[in-house]
Amino acid sequence: MSEPVSTFQNPAGVWSAAVYDVLKAGNVRLMSFVPDGGHRGLIEQGQLDPEMQAITLSTEEEGIALSAGAWVGGQRSVLLMQSSGVGNCINMLSLLKTCQIPLLMLVTMRGEWAEFNPWQVPMGQATPKVLEAMGVLVQRSDDPATLAGDVDAALRLAYSTYSPVAVLLSQKLLGAKAFGGKK
Amino acid sequence: MSGVLDRRAVMGQLLEERGDLIVTTGLGATAWDLASLSDSPLDFPLWGAMGGAVMFGLGLALAQPERRVLVFTGDGEALMGLGAFSTASVARPGNLSVVVLDNERYGETGAQRTHTASGVDLEAVARACGFPHTVTVTAQEQVAALRQSIHTADGPLLAVVKVARTPDPMTLPPRDGTYLKNRMRAALLGPAAIFE
Repeated sequence: MSEPVSTFQNPAGVWSAAVYDVLKAGNVRLMSFVPDGGHRGLIEQGQLDPEMQAITLSTEEEGIALSAGAWVGGQRSVLLMQSSGVGNCINMLSLLKTCQIPLLMLVTMRGEWAEFNPWQVPMGQATPKVLEAMGVLVQRSDDPATLAGDVDAALRLAYSTYSPVAVLLSQKLLGAKAFGGKK
Repeated sequence: MSGVLDRRAVMGQLLEERGDLIVTTGLGATAWDLASLSDSPLDFPLWGAMGGAVMFGLGLALAQPERRVLVFTGDGEALMGLGAFSTASVARPGNLSVVVLDNERYGETGAQRTHTASGVDLEAVARACGFPHTVTVTAQEQVAALRQSIHTADGPLLAVVKVARTPDPMTLPPRDGTYLKNRMRAALLGPAAIFE
């Protein structure tokens, strides 16, 4: 816990508190993630919360299997990742579909609005298609004012219908990343 | 060198008097092995999701901290998910054991050599990842102690069991994942869990 919950970049520190409250109210007690700037606020809150098991993954697909096992054991979880990480999960998503296991995924988007890095574009553009191809219900949120409600609705959808649900947090919501002070 | 131990005999011995031990497997031979020995509500053999067995077991272990969780997987699957060794070690669930039945072959696809046939040491990988308990089992007389550790070790525990390459018949577990899921949730959480 080297740093406090941050007000890191753009609206991240603002929206993450409301989203975190929604997760807690929805009985989510396990959060897994591959570190990501957009998710930093949520990750830090999870790591500081003694009621939340915050698990750092070495690759995103681990989070799919972890969450599946946790839910069979009776625990709800959320998987935080970036759009590039969605590509790492493709086959593992078959576990959720085959067994009808619910999961909420929050995906910070790259490769779209104001992206500066061409290498992020292919996976970012493919993210909704890939998820839908694997049976994930895809929703998009691009307004900080509705985000917490969007996540709450996605959580209910997932656990009411035994479905994997991904909420894509658009780059417009997060603010585009810029390097070297250039925009 | 692959071992001389019989994989199903070892698994059977490790499951003796299992009590409420939760057992999950990776895809392929370990799933068929388990089905040849057991059909319990506390069994969850994976038919796919290769590379996910350790993480599925970790999820169960974190969700059910009062139970012991045992993952059986093969060397091929373990090699695909080596990062999970590091994640499980850092998460440090005391109630998780992973047993790799290592025959140095991809048994489902024509017995091609895995990296363990060329010297990759999965026990050493787990140790380097920080597993507090690791062992390589090459002799029958080590199996009883491993069984005891699965029930008592302050884990996570990683055991590599060097097994012979044997033509075991394919014994299929239930293929319906929703059945496996509902059966285990009812066993762990009570019948009301089906309606949650």
